[in-house]
Amino acid sequence: MGPFPLQEIIGKPGTYLLFLLIGAGFGAALEMVGFGRSTKLTAQFYLRDMTVFKVMFTAVLVAMVLVFGAVGLGLLDYDRIWVPPTYLVPGTLGGLLIGAGFIVGGFCPGTSIASLATLKKDALFFLGGLMGGIVLFGETSGHFDHFWYSTYMGRFTLPDLLGLSPGVTVFLVTLMGLFALWGAEQIEGVMRRKDGLEVRKTDRWVSVGAGVLALAGLGVMLIGQPTPEELWQKVAAEKQPLLDNREVQIHPAELRDVYFNPLVNLVMIDVRDEADYNLFHIKDAERVPLDQLADMAPELKAGPPGTVVVLMSNDETKATEGWKILTAMGVPNTYILEGGLNNFISTCSLSPFKAIEGSDEMLRFEFDAALGANHPMASLREHGKEIEYTPKVKIEKQAPTGGGGCG
Amino acid sequence: MTTSDSETMDTEKAGTAAADEAATEAVAPDEAAGVDQAATEAAAVDDAAEPEAPQPVDSAITPHAGPKARAFVNPYLGGVFMGIVLFLAFFLTGNGLGASGGLNRMIIWAIDLVAPQHVDRVSYFIHYAGGNKNALDHWIVLMTIGILVGGFVSGFIGRRVNLETVRGPRITDHQRWMFAILGGVIAGFGARMARGCTSGQGLSGGATLSVGSWAFLMAFFVGAYALAYALRRLWT
Repeated sequence: MGPFPLQEIIGKPGTYLLFLLIGAGFGAALEMVGFGRSTKLTAQFYLRDMTVFKVMFTAVLVAMVLVFGAVGLGLLDYDRIWVPPTYLVPGTLGGLLIGAGFIVGGFCPGTSIASLATLKKDALFFLGGLMGGIVLFGETSGHFDHFWYSTYMGRFTLPDLLGLSPGVTVFLVTLMGLFALWGAEQIEGVMRRKDGLEVRKTDRWVSVGAGVLALAGLGVMLIGQPTPEELWQKVAAEKQPLLDNREVQIHPAELRDVYFNPLVNLVMIDVRDEADYNLFHIKDAERVPLDQLADMAPELKAGPPGTVVVLMSNDETKATEGWKILTAMGVPNTYILEGGLNNFISTCSLSPFKAIEGSDEMLRFEFDAALGANHPMASLREHGKEIEYTPKVKIEKQAPTGGGGCG
Repeated sequence: MTTSDSETMDTEKAGTAAADEAATEAVAPDEAAGVDQAATEAAAVDDAAEPEAPQPVDSAITPHAGPKARAFVNPYLGGVFMGIVLFLAFFLTGNGLGASGGLNRMIIWAIDLVAPQHVDRVSYFIHYAGGNKNALDHWIVLMTIGILVGGFVSGFIGRRVNLETVRGPRITDHQRWMFAILGGVIAGFGARMARGCTSGQGLSGGATLSVGSWAFLMAFFVGAYALAYALRRLWT
């Protein structure tokens, strides 16, 4: 499943070579449509040649359908690709400025590089100015840091905004985008006729292509996003042995040691129902019901390096279900508390607890009061009982979550 | 080759193989340019009476870099190609496309070379090149170099690589350069303000449905359209 941990597969030189090739593809795309000429670019804003709009929106629509199609088919992990975080007001102001710079200077940054490649002197001057603008920003940004970090909304997407599923959003954006492209053709035609310029008829294959794109958008909507069960089926062959060989069930004492390991960012998730959680839970364990666990996956994947997730229930059954959900969704370094909280209590308690009979996933101890994390046993202590165990927690390297389109 | 000031030199250059863009201008809109000039003068006399439309300049519509240059690729075909490149970037690496980020790192690297202590004092620079950190050691720098390579290859195949200044017919090369610098400063400042340019925010964020990127895209078009009429002399 993409994206891939490239540095592990092809090493750093290989990774950088790949980025060079991707950049070359982008540069070639920019140049071949005429974005190396400032007059061609700015013609967009005099309505006689809408190439800028046509190329950009076609590219956005095609990439969007492919990205969400791949996500829907379980080939690409959306949580691991770079989605520019939203800083609404500074982002909008920056957009206005780049638009203004575009009509004054004739380029945006990417197109000026492609233009320089074909030896256009104006591109060289624009790039000089661009560097100056960047330095100006760096030197002055200390004075408006507060503004620059304002209206932060994090990874905020159109499906979140509209309250629609990603698939439906993709289909709607595809239809609106195609309509906008059709509208651009009409405006361009009217303006060119007015000037007595030649109007090229739209080729038949363009209409066919638009139809194919609309169908692909519909397909993305119909496929929808994969459920955790479907994702688990894809990785079951690889991951089920970890459960069967008990490689991910960690001893209560290992949980304690991981808790006090400064290199680990430990996230403890308690998947039991609220009553049991209120009776007793380990301090710092967060209660997340199984049906809400999938929503937590993006946040867990975005955690700092060294994040370790430990799931716990009264025994192991429910925690194992939770483990399958998180693992299927690509959360790395996920473990299960061995024997659950029942085992934790019987292993770690210093004073005798009164055990009671019960079935699987029942809390089989008596509690005089519902103390939750205030129970004396709930706090993990660094120097508790010395217990021998087989360490299982491995801190795997996380796949890159991206450094940003323009980072 | 430098395109000449079309208003004075069109007739001399027309017909010679050396005239690249001037040749295209000279064929069709020669008269139109004259009308345009008259219109400008009329407008100067009585602004309200003469509704001035941007004049047709076909060089802006189908600009070829020279008589030998091949035509540009169809915008939809080019757009599909660009979209596939963008998808592959996401699929393989998890990152989108970007351009200004690489330029950002290059200039900070240069500053770090001459004034490392200054870099360590400015909070914006320190993130990229504080201490012994090499600002160039980042994938986006390679991508930026790639744009240069790909642009050259495409331009070479299309026979569009030649030394020239591309500009509207009503300004001189020197004016074009001055405005290019000014526009660059504005765009460079804007690109850092927006945390990305048309590539990083517009294309990459647009395709992944980031709300901020769609707001950026609209603002980009609004910003350019808002000034286009006032600056029509630069381009038409």
